[in-house]
Amino acid sequence: MGLLIDIIGGLLLVGGAAFLLFGSLGLLRMPDVFNRIQAGTKTTTLGTLLTLAGAACLQPAWGWKLLLIGVFLIFTNPVSAQVLANTAHRRGAQKTPLTKIDRLAEDREGKA
Amino acid sequence: MVEVLIAIAGTLAGLAFLLALARFVRGPSRVDRVVAFDVLTVIAITFIVLVALVENRGVYLDAALVYALLSFLGVIAIARYLEGRF
Amino acid sequence: MSKGKSTVRDTVILFATLMLFWLMLSGKLDTDVLIVGAVASLIIALLYRDGLSFFTEFRFTPQAFVAGFRYYGYFLRELFKSNLKMAAIVLSPSLPITPGIVKVRTRLKSRMGRLMLANSITLTPGTLTVEMAGEWLYIHCVTVGATDIEAATAEIVSGFESYLEVMYG
Repeated sequence: MGLLIDIIGGLLLVGGAAFLLFGSLGLLRMPDVFNRIQAGTKTTTLGTLLTLAGAACLQPAWGWKLLLIGVFLIFTNPVSAQVLANTAHRRGAQKTPLTKIDRLAEDREGKA
Repeated sequence: MVEVLIAIAGTLAGLAFLLALARFVRGPSRVDRVVAFDVLTVIAITFIVLVALVENRGVYLDAALVYALLSFLGVIAIARYLEGRF
Repeated sequence: MSKGKSTVRDTVILFATLMLFWLMLSGKLDTDVLIVGAVASLIIALLYRDGLSFFTEFRFTPQAFVAGFRYYGYFLRELFKSNLKMAAIVLSPSLPITPGIVKVRTRLKSRMGRLMLANSITLTPGTLTVEMAGEWLYIHCVTVGATDIEAATAEIVSGFESYLEVMYG
């Protein structure tokens, strides 16, 4: 039983690290700032959450502290992603030519 | 068995770190670099947890928590600065 | 709906949340630990009376708690689904994206409800809240579906909104 939980925990660690890798790959491959934020910050958040869950399986005594780190990440990461995206948009960051529509720029121009 | 899995996870996280570092070096805009920095911190938190597991030391988790806090504040402050708010 | 105005209830809730975090962090229940935590939590709760915490504006009814649990279940499921989708996009050689920023509208009135909505939308990869202005949200999507306001709202917001409406209003 203990061994089974250990192996599940180890697999969660590997899965989480794999998501970290996907996130970084997205960060590198995506064509503009907004898509980089999308791929980078959020996929890595899930990766870290899975790693924390894996660590909780391996060391149940650390559960509370790991949960605290997880809750903290869930609340702070989207905020920093939003603030960064907002900053990029205000600074007029270049958007990829693939972009289909930008309602925010339309509305900003309408008010100005 | 578990040690092998932790080693694999560490390797994958290390590769992720290198890719994010490449984006950090390449830029091109400052916001890109801040995004890369944000991702690097998240990966570093995973590293700290992995090291805590290997060394079997729960104290390291406090470091991870404080690191998460400080990097969040740092990213927000830099973003506000880039926006020209202060 | 309390717009920027704090009540005694909010302060008490903030204090309780801070205290809970302190207890999780210290992991001990000694008298000195409790006293230090209580003093620190009280000072912070009084200084940041207008701050938001988990249960600010939370409706303490049985329905709200049920909706809360179902919300987290739904949220985690969405998180996994969209993360796998994002991984597939990143790994495919042609990088199939059609990004764009759409405008949606929310029915939520409370500050905390709107905050949770924006955060949930941001945390599910593929959608990212760029700007909020009152009831309007501007959302960046990696693959844009519908572009008009009603259809985009139904696509992105409605799932989370139905739970959050019961929890926070």
